[in-house]
Amino acid sequence: MVCERCNKRPATVHYTEITNSKKQEIHLCEECAREAGITGFGVMPQFVLHNLLGGLYEEQKAPVEPAYGRCLNCGLTEQEFAGRGLFGCADCYTSLRPAVDQILRRVHGTTQHIGKLPQRCGKLAGKKQELKRLRRELEAVVRKEEFEKAAEIRDRIRDLEKGLEGGK
Amino acid sequence: MALRETLADPHSYWMEGGGAEEDVVVSSRIRIARNLATYPFPHRLSREQAGEVIHAVRLAVERPESVKKVGRFEVSLLAELTPVERRILVEKHLVSPDFLKGDPQEKAVVLRSDEMVGIMVNEEDHLRVQCLKPGLALEECWRLASRVDDELEATLEYAFNEEFGYLSACPTNVGTGMRASVMMHLPGLVATRVLEDVVSGLSKLGLAVRGLYGEGTRAAGDLFQISNQITLGRSEDEIISNLTALARRLVTQERESRQGLYQKQRGALEDRIFRSYGVLQYARVINSEEAMRCLSDLRLGLALKVIQIIPLGLVSELMVLIQPAFLTKMAGKELKPFERDMLRARLIRERLQSGKNGKYGSKK
Ligand SMILES: [Zn+2]
Ligand SMILES: [Zn+2]
Repeated sequence: MVCERCNKRPATVHYTEITNSKKQEIHLCEECAREAGITGFGVMPQFVLHNLLGGLYEEQKAPVEPAYGRCLNCGLTEQEFAGRGLFGCADCYTSLRPAVDQILRRVHGTTQHIGKLPQRCGKLAGKKQELKRLRRELEAVVRKEEFEKAAEIRDRIRDLEKGLEGGK
Repeated sequence: MALRETLADPHSYWMEGGGAEEDVVVSSRIRIARNLATYPFPHRLSREQAGEVIHAVRLAVERPESVKKVGRFEVSLLAELTPVERRILVEKHLVSPDFLKGDPQEKAVVLRSDEMVGIMVNEEDHLRVQCLKPGLALEECWRLASRVDDELEATLEYAFNEEFGYLSACPTNVGTGMRASVMMHLPGLVATRVLEDVVSGLSKLGLAVRGLYGEGTRAAGDLFQISNQITLGRSEDEIISNLTALARRLVTQERESRQGLYQKQRGALEDRIFRSYGVLQYARVINSEEAMRCLSDLRLGLALKVIQIIPLGLVSELMVLIQPAFLTKMAGKELKPFERDMLRARLIRERLQSGKNGKYGSKK
């Protein structure tokens, strides 16, 4: 992870801020943290945070801000979801995106569907999914250090990727 | 068979014997969750929208091509069924207990006449297609459910996203939307206290175990349902083959436990089996807990061939038949607990008698 302020050095100081039950994580390198007057992991006073990040955060977050935390289609908020554990409509999955990723990872350990596809998705989707599956398999064989098998899978991935590019 | 008859008849196809590993595996079930892209999920539907969803499903199953490929389905609004008939659907495992909550005008049950495939409309998701078969048959169940799914998809536009798969009201169902489960009779593992270890091991593998009728309560009749928890990031085939392999291992362990018990405590085990058989044959009053325990012993006795008087399927059938809703339906009126226990005892006596006379069997 790279420091969010200088975007150069690795982030080693991590700070979590919770305001209005919204969680925000800030990751900085030691140098930037020192400049901002933070030492160690103590509580950082609000004004220092503003000092430090100032417009930087505003600028980055501003364009997404209105959509964040509320489904654009059905209006379900993250808080409402947290209360009942049910989404309101199919669009919630994209509208409440950061939260959705987190939840799916916690429940299933992944966010990538592998399995049946509706017919209307067509062949392309099937190939993309096959690619996903192969990449996952590749990771597994590499972890097991079965390199011959890995090479085989890698070739299949290449072929498939070529096919996908050609098909477009 | 029309739905009315289904509800009057205790016999379900999935109870019929003959399925693979029937001495241990009672039935297999696949359930898939599907939603329509253009409607909010059921808990946020207006009554009018709920009606539209039901209508869309009705049109989809009544298409001639669909009827030709996957058979004829009957659509019934939950509101058209009496409270007792609704409970029977639950006791036959054709709908979930949760399905009975909420406004019955907004829900429909779609059932193929052989009860092997059914669709709950507007439960937690717009559609829950389920397929039930006797014995260990997850693959066959999946093939059938998937075919029904294909037919529905010809006219219904599902909520689907290439990354997350089939979208569902609850994030625990997203991805394949598939829940596979097997119902197992595990008296041997219960008696040898191996089951506790098995249960904790299973949860580590992303599988869940629960008793037949209640969650949290002790399983009635030593029946347990084992199902997958994870629905995202694994294909249907993977989930099914894992669960099938595990069920096979449990079958082996259960058989070993049974044999072990039989060898070490033959006298005690035979006594328990025949004593339970005696109670079932002669009791005049029996509550459902005792009945389930005795039926479990009898099922074990039949599987071990300690006793060979009736088919296994009859015991599975009795396990459903003696539940309160069935008895109420049979009596045609609400019963006091004592009356119910009397009726239960009579019913068991009569069924066992007809089973012994070889009069039990498929009506289809
Ligand atoms: Zn920095
Ligand atoms: Zn929504």
